[in-house]
Amino acid sequence: MAIRINGTEVAPPEDARVSLLDLLRERLHLTGTKLGCNQGACGACTVLVDGNRVLSCLTLAVQVDGRTVTTIEGLGADGLHPLQAAFLEHDGLQCGYCTPGQICAASAMLAEVEAGVPSYVTRDLSGPVRLSRDEVRERMSGNLCRCGAHNGIVDAILAVAAERAA
Amino acid sequence: MSRVQNVLVGSVRTALGWVPAQWLPGGTPDPLIGRHGEIGRQASRVDGALKVQGQARFSAEVAMEGLCYAALVHSTVTRGRIARLDTAAAEAAPGVLLVVTHRNMPRVASPSLISMTDPTATGNSSLPILQDDQVHYNGQVVAAVVAETQEQADHAASLIAIDYEAAPAETRFEEAKAGARVIPSLLIERNHLSFGRAERELARSPHKVDNRYRTPWQNHNAIELHALTVAWGDDELTVHDTTQMIAAEAATLAKLFGLKREQVRVLSPFVGGGFGGKGFWDHQVAAVAAARMVGRPLRLQLSREGVYRIIGGRSPTEQRVAIGADEDGRFTALLHDGWSVMPPYGACPEAYTLGTRAAYRAKSFEILQRHVDMAVVPNTFMRAPGEAIGTFALESAVDELAHALALDPIELRLRNLPDKHPITGAPFSQHAPAKSWADGAARFGWERRSTTPGARREGEWRIGMGCGSGSFPYVRMPGAAVRLSVRHDGTASLACSGQEMGMGTATVLAQQVADRLGLPLAAVSIEIGDSALPAAPLAGGSGQTVSIAGAILAAAEKLPAELLRLAGNDSPLAGLRPGEVRLAREGLAGAEEPSRHESFRSILTRANRDEVSVTASGTPPLEMLKFAMHSTAAMFCELRVSDVTGEVRVDRLLGSFDCGAILNPRTAASQFRGGMIMGLGLALTEETLFDERSGRIMNPTLADYHVPAHMDVPEIEVMWTDIPDPRSPLGARGIGEIGITGVAAAVANAVFNATGKRVRDLPITLDKLL
Repeated sequence: MAIRINGTEVAPPEDARVSLLDLLRERLHLTGTKLGCNQGACGACTVLVDGNRVLSCLTLAVQVDGRTVTTIEGLGADGLHPLQAAFLEHDGLQCGYCTPGQICAASAMLAEVEAGVPSYVTRDLSGPVRLSRDEVRERMSGNLCRCGAHNGIVDAILAVAAERAA
Repeated sequence: MSRVQNVLVGSVRTALGWVPAQWLPGGTPDPLIGRHGEIGRQASRVDGALKVQGQARFSAEVAMEGLCYAALVHSTVTRGRIARLDTAAAEAAPGVLLVVTHRNMPRVASPSLISMTDPTATGNSSLPILQDDQVHYNGQVVAAVVAETQEQADHAASLIAIDYEAAPAETRFEEAKAGARVIPSLLIERNHLSFGRAERELARSPHKVDNRYRTPWQNHNAIELHALTVAWGDDELTVHDTTQMIAAEAATLAKLFGLKREQVRVLSPFVGGGFGGKGFWDHQVAAVAAARMVGRPLRLQLSREGVYRIIGGRSPTEQRVAIGADEDGRFTALLHDGWSVMPPYGACPEAYTLGTRAAYRAKSFEILQRHVDMAVVPNTFMRAPGEAIGTFALESAVDELAHALALDPIELRLRNLPDKHPITGAPFSQHAPAKSWADGAARFGWERRSTTPGARREGEWRIGMGCGSGSFPYVRMPGAAVRLSVRHDGTASLACSGQEMGMGTATVLAQQVADRLGLPLAAVSIEIGDSALPAAPLAGGSGQTVSIAGAILAAAEKLPAELLRLAGNDSPLAGLRPGEVRLAREGLAGAEEPSRHESFRSILTRANRDEVSVTASGTPPLEMLKFAMHSTAAMFCELRVSDVTGEVRVDRLLGSFDCGAILNPRTAASQFRGGMIMGLGLALTEETLFDERSGRIMNPTLADYHVPAHMDVPEIEVMWTDIPDPRSPLGARGIGEIGITGVAAAVANAVFNATGKRVRDLPITLDKLL
């Protein structure tokens, strides 16, 4: 078996203790995925596994054997991803450390919304989800930012959502 | 921080009072002030694309052949000695290369403590690092393990068995107050200040408030962990670190490890958030020593818990603020004193009274800070040290007085605004708080605030508005140097060791160089983040941008002479002297006859030179001592408090700033918002829980220390007066820290307006409102 990471097949590590995060950062040098707490509290290590957002620090690499992993490097492989461009446009970053995790989380979050997955702040559970500012804030609350780029991040995500809906 | 320093600073201030302003730096306003160029435009971050693509390289991401990994072991007692230390199991564990304890650690001195007089002194702690069996605080580093992989190092660290002989330790703030010290000065200011007879004035005042305010331990919590990747060569040391003080760290490491300054290179092109926490601590010394011992490149990345254990945060405070006022609300007495922690092995006073000294006019003042010694990881500077929490106490007190006087709190502030520094009498260089109050109040809709607390309600929610003033002093640091180069292809570059941790350092430097040289932004490149470059000051005190700006100004003044020399007799500039030309339109032009002009490209091509470079340092920052240079902010908050749960939800936040000229509105707005969001955390959620029985931090995780998350952050409006400061380079004053100031008071005052409950103890958690 193998892990498919950004289109490339990678053998799972022999040491079963290796997290997906450490596989990416220390063994494959895909350092776009960040380490902020190693305990699932900050979201900096968010990657996509089969299209869903996952905290790579809480995922053992061997758990994703046979699955598809997309990191920030894979998301923007064909030029800037619309979310990356929107984060630049809306200054949704300062130091840039939480940024890849925010962008990966946002990309999966938009797909969740399109699939009709409700959140804590969704009022009407019968119809499609209307993406409001509060919906984005609630759904992105697992990704911490200490520089305080929150407003720009939400603006960027809403702009991309509006483009996709158009 | 000595009496000698008080006398020196006092004498310089007195002497400068006699010196005409035009003889001092900023005596002639910077010619770029008021000019419309790249400065003032919304330039995008020059490093933004790298960051959104995950390509910006942070210190733990530098790949090296043969890299090994370290993990630290932290003390589990607060004070005492190591009685038994068994490392056998760790040494025998798979992959382990080395275990470092006080038994085999090389003799390394402790770094010199941070000092106002020595910019290369960087130590946050003067305690020995793995030098003996003594434990001074809970969490102190007692061992390090080096292994082939991080997993192996982490596991082996768990196998080290230590028994401690515990000794009594002071861990209770209330008890430690009895032994409080009074240090003579706070940063460059005198600590104790007594002007008029404030207690007597207070007692006589027809209106007064006199209360105590408490603020908790806090941690910086940059999302990037502290980490360094170290490589020793033949008597050469390369350290990729995440640091706010690149040049000073290189100097410190050279001193500690017996090397010449040029044998040490510290690289830190990107810092994943600092806020005061990315300074010099024990882990750098442990990692550099371990790498030398093991003879291989080594990486040490602290765990999140490790950051809480060995990187100090903001000291807690207990503050008393008392204000006396006459019938018109004019202050007759302003008293601010209190206690904060600073162990004798630390050097960072939490100067919560500094802002008070310049905030309001009063007939009398009494100001004094006392320092409490506790057995803790030494506290350090955290975003707007002093002002962040000092403004909470002062601005809550002003609100309380306004309520007692039945006066609008903005009106009360306006009646007491000073027209010169209230204590020293020095003139303000630029000061327009009344304008930021008026502009902010109009934009926020302050007139809709109910003057009766608890009067507005929507369902379970009580709604309130509050405001508070923020402040931060102007700081320009001495000794900033830059190298400015222009090349024959018409491009220019600027090099210095400056730090980027999200402020947009390179972006704003490029804008400056473009305007100084009359070049388009695209022709300018910036090199920062490397101690091999001319030494920039540390990123602190919101002073980096203006400090480097002063050096760029000096370099730009030096460059024309070099260019004229190269231009020679065949140039349209021939015969002109350096004082008769200026940098303009991608070249040099006559000051009187701008038509006499030659481009950099043309001068260098004819002289057959690839480039011309000048290295220069800024003038000594004497303007800081001659003038009162302070930024101010008017903060507004609207929030809801649930009757059912006591939960506070902030709906609106607005900051109206008076900070001199704004160099880049886009990155400036982000800095302001970022500070204000940290202010929301200070007000409502953030607290490092310290177990006073054991001396141990109880919530060393981002799950239990609550920094504001997206759902906590409303849309934040920011605005500014944009009035240039005629005494500073570019007319700018620092903006990195002021955003956090005044916010906690605005929130607390809004909570009072919503509920009628006055909370004087941060954070304002729901239990305090039920």
